[in-house]
Amino acid sequence: MTAQTQSQFFQQLKKYYTFYTGGFIAFVIVLAILEQMGLPPKWIGYIFLGATISLYAGIGIMSKTADVSEYYVAGRRVPAVFNGMATGADWMSAASFIGMAGTLYLAGYDGLAFVLGWTGGYVLVALFLAPYLRKFGQFTIPDFLGSRYNGNLPRTIGVIAAIICSFTYVVAQIYGVGIITARLTGIEFQYGVFLGLAGILVCSFLGGMRAVTWTQVAQYIILIIAYMIPVVWLSVTHTGNPVPQIAYGQVLQEVTQLENEFNNAETTKGAAEVSARAAFKAQQESFEARIAALDAAVAAGNGAAFLEAQRTEAGSPADFPATTDDLKASWKKSADGAKGKAGPVSAHATAFAGKGAETKARANPNATEADIAAAQAEDQEASDIKRRNFIALVLCLMVGTASLPHILMRYYTTPSVREARKSVFWSLFFIFLLYFTAPALAVLVKFEVYSNLVGSSFAALPAWVANWSAVDATLMKIVDINLDGIVQLAEITIGGDLIVLATPEIAGLPYVISGMVAAGGLAAALSTADGLLLTIANALSHDVYYKMIDPKASTVRRLAISKGLLVVVALFAAYTASLKPGDILFLVGAAFSLAASAFFPALVLGVFWKRANYLGAVVGMLAGLGVCMYYMVITYPFFGGVATNQWFDIAPIAAGVFGMPVGFIGVIVGSLISRAPSLEIQQLVDHVRYPSLAGDIDTRAA
Amino acid sequence: MQLSERHQEYWRKNLRLTAVLLAIWFVVTFVVIYFAPQLNEIVIMGFPFAFYMGAQGSLIIYVLIIWFYAHRMNQLDKEYDVHEGEE
Repeated sequence: MTAQTQSQFFQQLKKYYTFYTGGFIAFVIVLAILEQMGLPPKWIGYIFLGATISLYAGIGIMSKTADVSEYYVAGRRVPAVFNGMATGADWMSAASFIGMAGTLYLAGYDGLAFVLGWTGGYVLVALFLAPYLRKFGQFTIPDFLGSRYNGNLPRTIGVIAAIICSFTYVVAQIYGVGIITARLTGIEFQYGVFLGLAGILVCSFLGGMRAVTWTQVAQYIILIIAYMIPVVWLSVTHTGNPVPQIAYGQVLQEVTQLENEFNNAETTKGAAEVSARAAFKAQQESFEARIAALDAAVAAGNGAAFLEAQRTEAGSPADFPATTDDLKASWKKSADGAKGKAGPVSAHATAFAGKGAETKARANPNATEADIAAAQAEDQEASDIKRRNFIALVLCLMVGTASLPHILMRYYTTPSVREARKSVFWSLFFIFLLYFTAPALAVLVKFEVYSNLVGSSFAALPAWVANWSAVDATLMKIVDINLDGIVQLAEITIGGDLIVLATPEIAGLPYVISGMVAAGGLAAALSTADGLLLTIANALSHDVYYKMIDPKASTVRRLAISKGLLVVVALFAAYTASLKPGDILFLVGAAFSLAASAFFPALVLGVFWKRANYLGAVVGMLAGLGVCMYYMVITYPFFGGVATNQWFDIAPIAAGVFGMPVGFIGVIVGSLISRAPSLEIQQLVDHVRYPSLAGDIDTRAA
Repeated sequence: MQLSERHQEYWRKNLRLTAVLLAIWFVVTFVVIYFAPQLNEIVIMGFPFAFYMGAQGSLIIYVLIIWFYAHRMNQLDKEYDVHEGEE
């Protein structure tokens, strides 16, 4: 490929990937035919898993390289469109693919913070970072900090922050790989983790960024096909319109109508809901009474005897809580679960609903005008807090998107500044395809549940409900609490991940599509894990080893160190994931706040403010990161914090909203109290600002 | 190296474009969120307006912002002769 021009290269890639997409579709069709001929679902799962992982490994082997520039930045010749697809796969994790639509189903409008945050961040990438980093043209994000702020300290802080953000994130991805492999094939979670890991490693180990890039393009194609087919089919069957993103407006109205009916006790459905809710209310009160009895016994020093009595009463099951604290926690969970079912249905499209205090006050015939006014104020305050948190979360997710090193690194791989700009457009376009479909999917499934499942008889539940409640009770649980034999909405418990996984069955598609959806989720998790692992290994090998410990290291040695570290980091991440850490979702969210606080101010001011200097960067990054971590520690229970420590009632996940401004102030104050940066540094800033400048310096890395 | 007047004009134009696009980004994100309960009263094709913006409308505008920026800046590069050579 030596004498090949960029446009020939592009044509060749187009041919390969068109052929590949056709091959994938043919593969699915063949499997569908085999299914009709009686191939059992389990085998379909194995074939999907085996075929896709060997495909990714195959691309990895074909792209193996011993060239430093190929290994770190894919030779800087990835065309804008393909870099966009690779970024899309790199970006969309298991959480986006499987979790997003579920969050929207459960939270309605309030879940849209993720959709907005994870797309709007690309505007910041495009306007403030991608073209300038591309012009700078080295290998990692700490590289930029080290050169722009002229020192190893800013580089080191960058490395530490990059590792903190990326590691929590990669653990979550490997965890997702384990879950999906287990679901697809029925093997144990722990083995699934290591099997997936093998797929990740073959790819990135041999070919670094080059292999990861071409694999991610392949993974994007699979994940987008897998996401779209069931939604389009569901939309056709429900509305007759194959464009779900347009069709669901009408469905949303019907959902709203059904919500009103469920909340109106004068309708048949509403009355049935009232009776189911009353049953849950009774259950909640019974658990609360038991908790009170437990507290009283513990206060009187009879905790152990009380626990023993309860154990005997429950028939001494093996999984009975071992301590009074555990028993209390389990009862509290049951009470809260029942409480969640005892209230009215919340409206899908309503933004920042209050807590319903006014409705409750009006229902009470003895309530005075003052009581109602007080209830209104209470609702207003709850709504204001929700709005504040929504805005803070959107801001953190957006700025965090524009600060995560594994994403920014991708813009080093395009051939030019011009291509880097276009590439951000393609990145967001490919991400957008999935994100603007997720809200439609959530509403379509909600309509299916509200209109078909609610009101059906327990004797004749739809097949998908029976299947999923048998597979996993955390995803689908249904109990006839008021014993009327009819399903009420309050009696259904749905886990968020069900929405995407069960859509093929809800839409009445064959099992092969379910297998494809799982393979799509796997592609999403693997591609993100690839990019993250590479970021961590590169930060350690390139920034720490090559730039700081041994700048004279030979190419062979640099790559050997990099690959060795990749394996070590991957194994460590897989080990952490196999322990099933409980607060994994929080940690992923926290990564965005941390990245936003640590990187964004120093990166943006580094380009847009010539006066920013070494001291400013050090102070700003440390202060931003410090405030963000401090806030999480004092407010998040996992670290021993309590919610009463919150500032302005902002949840710990959005801690970046405090870290970021402090970071900016830190960079500005630190810079102003020390000398302006040297002439060379100012020239470096001019260098990154202009795509091409006569008589310019050169910062490109060899 | 000394930047010419033309070079500085290029950078000023870039800053202006960046500021305008950032303002649009701010309005379709934060202003719409802030007034979401009020904007939801407006219903178009079955979609309450703020819900539609959060689910789709703002996303479309983000894509357009980035497209426009790339298009306009690549044009400016040529106008001010700071573009990269063809490969």
